[in-house]
Amino acid sequence: MKSLEELLAIKEKAQAQLAARDSDGNDGIRVVVGMATCGIAAGARPVLKSLVDEIAKRNVQHVSVTQTGCIGMCQYEPIVEVFEPGKEKVTYVQMTAEKAAKVVSEHLVNGKPVVEYTVGAVTK
Amino acid sequence: MRELSLNILDIAQNSIVAGATLTEIVINENTKDHTLLIGIYDNGSGMTEEQVKSVIDPFYTTRTTRKVGMGIPLFKMSAEQTGGTFTIQSQKGVGTKIEAMFKTDSIDFTPLGDVSSTIVTIVSMNCDKEFLYKRVLDDKEFIFETVEIKKILGGVPLSEPSVMSWIEEYLNEQTKELG
Repeated sequence: MKSLEELLAIKEKAQAQLAARDSDGNDGIRVVVGMATCGIAAGARPVLKSLVDEIAKRNVQHVSVTQTGCIGMCQYEPIVEVFEPGKEKVTYVQMTAEKAAKVVSEHLVNGKPVVEYTVGAVTK
Repeated sequence: MRELSLNILDIAQNSIVAGATLTEIVINENTKDHTLLIGIYDNGSGMTEEQVKSVIDPFYTTRTTRKVGMGIPLFKMSAEQTGGTFTIQSQKGVGTKIEAMFKTDSIDFTPLGDVSSTIVTIVSMNCDKEFLYKRVLDDKEFIFETVEIKKILGGVPLSEPSVMSWIEEYLNEQTKELG
């Protein structure tokens, strides 16, 4: 069974990591998932979960995952936007949990956007 | 929506947008009566009587990007198609109470789905807000409160991946314990 003592141990470990991250002073990458009715119905929840799990598994630093409302292209949901300081926004469309994991490994870790999943490639 | 838990995720967003500092999500299942009640109660900005009437209309939304809001109508429909009921009560400046009752023995009953994942998503994406999640199955229940968890966590946010995993597993275990 999960215990509150276990949560306390998680807290102490996370605190040390957070302190290390803060001292880097690096501007992070922001990953935003559309979570309005359209996004949720299209499967945004497993996409968000996959992003978070994969980021945690690979211990990727300087990346935050947040949610937003309707982005305005409901037919292309689930939509994931990646904002990287100093670079143009990348918009991924019709995402799945598997595609999200690939975006973490190729884009967020290796710095190469997965072009085939972007809005430009899909809507061609 | 393929799971009722996705409706919960969607409807709870309305409470966040309404500025609720505390949102309660209650799921109460009675196996003898074949009923499932989903309640979402918030202390957000609330609505006028006229607004309440219009949110159950699919062509009403607070959003400015488009003119159609489907969240409430979809949730209402999923309850009523089972022979259940849907109510919404709201008071300006006080908050909003939404209750949907489902008949679980109806062929049109949508499965509840992964509620733990919905709760983790809601609480981790809105770290500055408080949530209470209560799950009742006949005479057994458990309650999960972000206030309690935050006391243990100190300043560590609920969005920390290791914390999110813990919450999800914890909720899954608690749900299983109910039977």
